[in-house]
Amino acid sequence: MDLFNLYPALTVLTFWPLAAALLLAPIKSDLLVRQTTLVISLIEVVLAIPLLGFKSQAGFQFLEVIPWVEGWGLTYALGVDGISILMIWLSILMLPLCVLCSWTYIGRRVKEFHVCLLLMTTACVGVFSALDLVLFYVFWEALLIPMYLMIAVWGGDQKRYASIKFFIYTLAGSTLLLVAIVALRLEGGTFFIPDLMSKTFSFRFQYWIFLAFFLAFAIKVPMFPFHTWLPAAHVQAPSAGSVILAAVLLKMGTYGFLRFSLPLTPAASAYFAPMMIAISVASILYGGAVALGQSDVKKLIAYSSVAHMGFVTLGIFLFSQAGVNGAIFQMLNHGVITGAMFMLVGAVYERSHSREIVKNLGLGKYLPHFMFFWGLFGLASFGFPGTNGFVGEFMVIMAAFQESLCLGLLVIPGALLAAAYILKVTLKMAWGQPASPQGRNWLDLKKKEWAYLVVPAFLVIYLGLAPTGLLNLITPSVKDALATFEAKKNLVNLIQVSSPTGRPQGLIIEEDLSPEAPSASERVPEEGK
Amino acid sequence: MSVSVSCNVLWPLLVTLLAPFGILLTGKNQNIRESVSIVAGALTAALVLCFAPAVLAGHIYRYELFRILPGITVAFAVDGLGIIFAFIAPFLWVFATSYNIGYMRSLKEHAQTRYYFCFAIAIFGAVGVALAANVFTLYLFYEIISVFTYPLVAHHQDEEGFYGAKKYMVYLMGTSKLFLLPAMVLTYVLAGTLEFPLGDVKNGLFSADVIAAHPNLVRLTYVLFIAGLAKAALMPFHNWLPSAMVAPTPVSALLHAVAVVKAGVFSVSRIILSGFGTEPMNALGLSLPTAYVAAFTIVAASLIALTKDDIKARLAYSTVSQLSYVVIGVALAVPASVQGGLLHIGHHAFSKITLFFGAGAIYVASHLKSIKAMNGLGRKMPWTFGAFGLASLSMIGMPPVCGFVSKWYLVNGVVDQGQMILLVALLCSTILNAGYFVPIFYRAFFLPPDPASHMEEYKEAPLTMVVPLVFTSFVSVALGIYPEIFHNFIKAFGQFY
Repeated sequence: MDLFNLYPALTVLTFWPLAAALLLAPIKSDLLVRQTTLVISLIEVVLAIPLLGFKSQAGFQFLEVIPWVEGWGLTYALGVDGISILMIWLSILMLPLCVLCSWTYIGRRVKEFHVCLLLMTTACVGVFSALDLVLFYVFWEALLIPMYLMIAVWGGDQKRYASIKFFIYTLAGSTLLLVAIVALRLEGGTFFIPDLMSKTFSFRFQYWIFLAFFLAFAIKVPMFPFHTWLPAAHVQAPSAGSVILAAVLLKMGTYGFLRFSLPLTPAASAYFAPMMIAISVASILYGGAVALGQSDVKKLIAYSSVAHMGFVTLGIFLFSQAGVNGAIFQMLNHGVITGAMFMLVGAVYERSHSREIVKNLGLGKYLPHFMFFWGLFGLASFGFPGTNGFVGEFMVIMAAFQESLCLGLLVIPGALLAAAYILKVTLKMAWGQPASPQGRNWLDLKKKEWAYLVVPAFLVIYLGLAPTGLLNLITPSVKDALATFEAKKNLVNLIQVSSPTGRPQGLIIEEDLSPEAPSASERVPEEGK
Repeated sequence: MSVSVSCNVLWPLLVTLLAPFGILLTGKNQNIRESVSIVAGALTAALVLCFAPAVLAGHIYRYELFRILPGITVAFAVDGLGIIFAFIAPFLWVFATSYNIGYMRSLKEHAQTRYYFCFAIAIFGAVGVALAANVFTLYLFYEIISVFTYPLVAHHQDEEGFYGAKKYMVYLMGTSKLFLLPAMVLTYVLAGTLEFPLGDVKNGLFSADVIAAHPNLVRLTYVLFIAGLAKAALMPFHNWLPSAMVAPTPVSALLHAVAVVKAGVFSVSRIILSGFGTEPMNALGLSLPTAYVAAFTIVAASLIALTKDDIKARLAYSTVSQLSYVVIGVALAVPASVQGGLLHIGHHAFSKITLFFGAGAIYVASHLKSIKAMNGLGRKMPWTFGAFGLASLSMIGMPPVCGFVSKWYLVNGVVDQGQMILLVALLCSTILNAGYFVPIFYRAFFLPPDPASHMEEYKEAPLTMVVPLVFTSFVSVALGIYPEIFHNFIKAFGQFY
């Protein structure tokens, strides 16, 4: 008997931050708010320990299914599989780091800020564990509000512009997501995702659902040309906001592709794959090229995110084991690396009060420890061998070469650009002369800064040298998802050919004709054995 | 030939990995700091030598440290090829450190702790490249060298320094990202592994089926590898090396005559011999084109060297030219030429480091860089110029200095293959080498000093500099008289006979 079965891990993880946010209400002292939130976040990490019991097998684990609104077919369903487990860990891990990196950065409305942080964590964990479309949508939208507030209240000079742009972009995508969810309910008869995965929809239906999903997810990722909200949001957001934005929010888009587009609309995914690959390559090259020209460190990292996420979407839409594994791994890497880099930018901003590269020179001499971490994450960011960035990038590039030589060669300049912009900014910051005499008096990293940088630094090295453990966790789920995808991607075409009219039949549910693909609910491992 | 697992392989790496941190910790006391380098270098060289008897008997030791993906590991091995480079780099590090003490303290250079730290990491990278048992490990340490030698090249932190260092980075990082990375990925996609088949120079890691099925892809991979390993300074990717001469001279000596560039040609040798194998090289028709590119580099670089008046620039182009000796030898893939090429890795190292040491000693003693201004200087600095002369003979390929031995094998190999054009190139190079080295010697000893110069004020550089350079020049001669020292390891590696 597994003791953990009695413990609703995902529900606790999702709602503990929300509940704990109430604890902050009566506290008046800023310091106490920070300390309490830190304790809350550490408790959240401890609560996540049972998730380490995640087994390396396909199907959902830690499943919690409770009927919610039975008349509408709503269920309260949470569960994780290999695709989401890393993202949940990442979301939870980022919370204490964000609290630490806001310790001196956020000076006003401290309590509200920390409530926002906790709400965001609830929404992030919820998004990655929800197995019911409506539940998913609730968390997806719920995330927008604290994020919007974070930019609008604690942001920089242009916070109004940036926050509204962020809100409009992401909301625009979300509306179509809602339409798609309702359509799926009408066609599939349920909101329960594992059940929907076992159904096969007609091609025309898949076509439109895919496009609706695409807009929502592509904006979130963000893929070129839907990326313009990202630099604005990153630059204006406080560093904790940027960290969560980069580490978790962007992953929701790619996670959406993996969780919904591939299993629910396999035929359309295969149909649109060339377009997706083209956009991904464009994101990689465009993001890298634009990053090269930035003078603002945060903008540079923001554009580098566009390029990195391009690798992720590329990996997903190559539909190969190496590609999807690499993509999921790269999602984690990008979260760790870029999150850490935003924390570093925050740290140096507290000293120089500027994000311009030219105002932050001479750091190699005056802030050597800072520069060490910056160098480490920079190297990881451009895929230096021995860091986690290399593993993810290598797998995706490998999948690209397996797909075609030309595609592989097309992606390689992206890797070069990454090295170019990171080295450019790093060398400038390390070697230049400080812009102002105060630069010589800046203090190097404090204990708190060490605390929040050591964790990602450890992950960068550890995952770079020993990624097999994590890859083994995600492989069965990916293998299973790809097998189902392969089985179903041509199924609709067969039906189309055999349909008497010869035209694709729109909006009609087809029976699942593939005997070898078991329904998702069958695939759920029976727990307790 | 047997391959056995032994974690002892890690010892040299561990020592060189810890040395930089030792240097950081002892940074306040410069004597202790420098002794860390000397002790670590000597210890590493000794540890490597411990493997010598077994390697000569045909054993290979291997140890896998991390497994990243199936077929991609961080693994190290000691074999006849690796042991040469793994020994030379730390061994010369000892002398370079002694030389560094004289150079850096005489010129009162800034940021010495950073300098020694990066120097030590570069040696760690070189030892890692030497002991790499697969392409990934090779790539990892190759990149470590690139990153950590940047601060050495940019050491002076002036405009010229930054320009040279930028060029250095653009060339090395650009080629490795643009060519080496895809080459590695393609290898993995085609062969399914990156592990070198150690102890088998005939067949590389591509199976015969793969070569038969995708000959052009394998060729493309090869071209990407050769272009990606820009540290070998094969034309047209050689230009970083002369630019890197803005670094302090000990850096030019150890790194740009030994550790960095030798990591380049060593990697090329490793990729050709262990990665592709001699038989596929010939079957795919890759040998001759590579050899011709190398021959072109030899002659062209020598011609450019003739035109340079700055002594370090001349030495830099001489290095570009001499590195291609190794490439030519290995690329031809016949026993004699391969032995010649690999011998040259060791022999050139000792001679070229002497030359750079000499150039640095001249600079410290007289602040002279221009060869034209060195008339009569030899009489003031007889030890330095004497050693310089001996090392020049090695470059030219005169017996009994060691350059002759490697050239002898090379010429044999070229003649075996009946490649007259390559032969002409090698002979031209000899004349050109004489053309740019003899005048330095001649001016120093036989021309009267310029009346405007302050020749009477000059004397030999500090002993910590002169002793190493005299010693390395003697080693060059010793290697010429006893060429079997490195040759035995190469025979153990290749098992040609």
